[in-house]
Amino acid sequence: MRWKWLIPAIYIVFLLLPIYWLVNMSLKNNDEILSIFSLWPQNLTFDNYRVIFTDSSWYSGYINSMIYVSINVLISVTFALPAAYAFSRYSFVGDKHLFFWLLTNRMAPPAVFALPFFQLYSSIGLFDTHIAVAIAHCLFNLPLAVWILEGFMSGIPKEIDETAFVDGYSWIRFFIKIFIPNIASGIGVTAFFCFMFSWVELLLARTLTAVNAKPISAIMTRTVSASGLDWGVLAAAGVLTILPGVLVIWFVRNHIAKGFALGRV
Amino acid sequence: MIAKQTNQKAWFMVLPVFLVVAFSAVIPLMTVVNYSFQDTFGNNQFFWVGIDWFKDLMHSERFHDAFLRQLLFSGIILMIEVPLGIFIALAMPKKGWGVPVCLISMALPLLIPWNVVGTIWQIFGRVDIGLLGHSLASLGFDYNYTQEPIAAWITIIVMDVWHWTSLVVLLAYAGLCSIPDAYYQAAKIDGASRLSVFRYIQLPKMQRVLLIAILLRFMDSFMIYTEPFVITGGGPGNSTTFMSIDLVKMAIGQFDLGPAAAMSLVYFLVILLLSWVFYTVMSNIGEESSNGGA
Repeated sequence: MRWKWLIPAIYIVFLLLPIYWLVNMSLKNNDEILSIFSLWPQNLTFDNYRVIFTDSSWYSGYINSMIYVSINVLISVTFALPAAYAFSRYSFVGDKHLFFWLLTNRMAPPAVFALPFFQLYSSIGLFDTHIAVAIAHCLFNLPLAVWILEGFMSGIPKEIDETAFVDGYSWIRFFIKIFIPNIASGIGVTAFFCFMFSWVELLLARTLTAVNAKPISAIMTRTVSASGLDWGVLAAAGVLTILPGVLVIWFVRNHIAKGFALGRV
Repeated sequence: MIAKQTNQKAWFMVLPVFLVVAFSAVIPLMTVVNYSFQDTFGNNQFFWVGIDWFKDLMHSERFHDAFLRQLLFSGIILMIEVPLGIFIALAMPKKGWGVPVCLISMALPLLIPWNVVGTIWQIFGRVDIGLLGHSLASLGFDYNYTQEPIAAWITIIVMDVWHWTSLVVLLAYAGLCSIPDAYYQAAKIDGASRLSVFRYIQLPKMQRVLLIAILLRFMDSFMIYTEPFVITGGGPGNSTTFMSIDLVKMAIGQFDLGPAAAMSLVYFLVILLLSWVFYTVMSNIGEESSNGGA
């Protein structure tokens, strides 16, 4: 098995090639993109990035995305923590049904919900706000967060809880002082997943926003259809949407494999 | 497994999640159910049509085509990504500097917004400016994903493999890492072949995570919208119009609320049914392994 390393290596090259091409395009101007076919930029230029960082209709998209993703991660993790604890430690009326019902929302196609969401959030005056997108994304992120956290919590022996209660800890103090530090990596992984699915989603975020909370991904699709395809700027905008992901992966790299198994290895 | 303590107060811990999800799920779903039994001439005037939309749907060729395309797509995706993912996971290093390199670069496509994934492949595949399209064209292939259905399908499938195989790899890898070394040593002493190590040690240990992978991949590929929308917009013709694309076209493009709502419900129920089957199989296997396992 001397050549075994070749398999992941080839796969990684396959993964990175299209991304490299995007980066390559983002460093060329439009004339060069359309006229010369080259594997690297002949006239290196950062103009495309300058356009994005100076035009507020571009960079506000990144800010909007960041705001609603952060709100969503915050809501998902804080709400899911006690719920996941309840599912992992207690049995109660309807627990299995409730758990499956939560999961069905992870399975619901966003396309089904796009129009009703639009009407719902318009009628309560939340249309085109960050909080609307954040709550809408809870539809699939909260069930996922409960699912992952439940997996991690079930791996913590129950004796820890019991010992703490015998020692006279109240439930809240036990949860914050003892339990949360024990599942810190699980919380990190959960936050990572909520970030990921909120960051990559387009359909709901686009449907629920118009101007003030418009995410970067929606701004990109608008530019594709409207201004006669500015490939260089589009590529630069794409590269900038990848960066937060790289950053976040770096933080959770040690737990990522277990996290993808939803804590259930 | 120790039996869980029965405690009805646990409902209070679940309540916040229940309320938020119910707000986001039940109200919109009831709106959809509501529309699916009514027709409108605009001006917010609705009247009852019973199950007409559902009857229409059952005989609609457009729906059948979109549904079959969707099944075919999800089928192909699972057939490629699951074996390929296992294959790559088996070859991944277990320790050393290669591990973080593999994990980080493989997780990368998962963190890219879906429309950017579409844009990346749109650019990559174009004959005039893309590396893939240009290379294929100069090798003499007649490749143009905006004109030919087959090329469009291949582009979208390769894109999905690019985008999501890593999920299967990471899950399978997590399963493999949980196998103690003693198992392999025992197999070595017994003189087990590579194939039987895979069949009797690695595959059973990966079973649960693989089912999660299959469940997630099935659900997400069945709901795919953004990437094909960006790359082909459902074309050429209707050849890559999957269920979600068709639904959005109908609901937001043509504003046919009744038929779109009926289609939404059928679509959702199909996903629910298939996912329930996966889920039941999954939890049964989980219970078996925790009862009978070491």
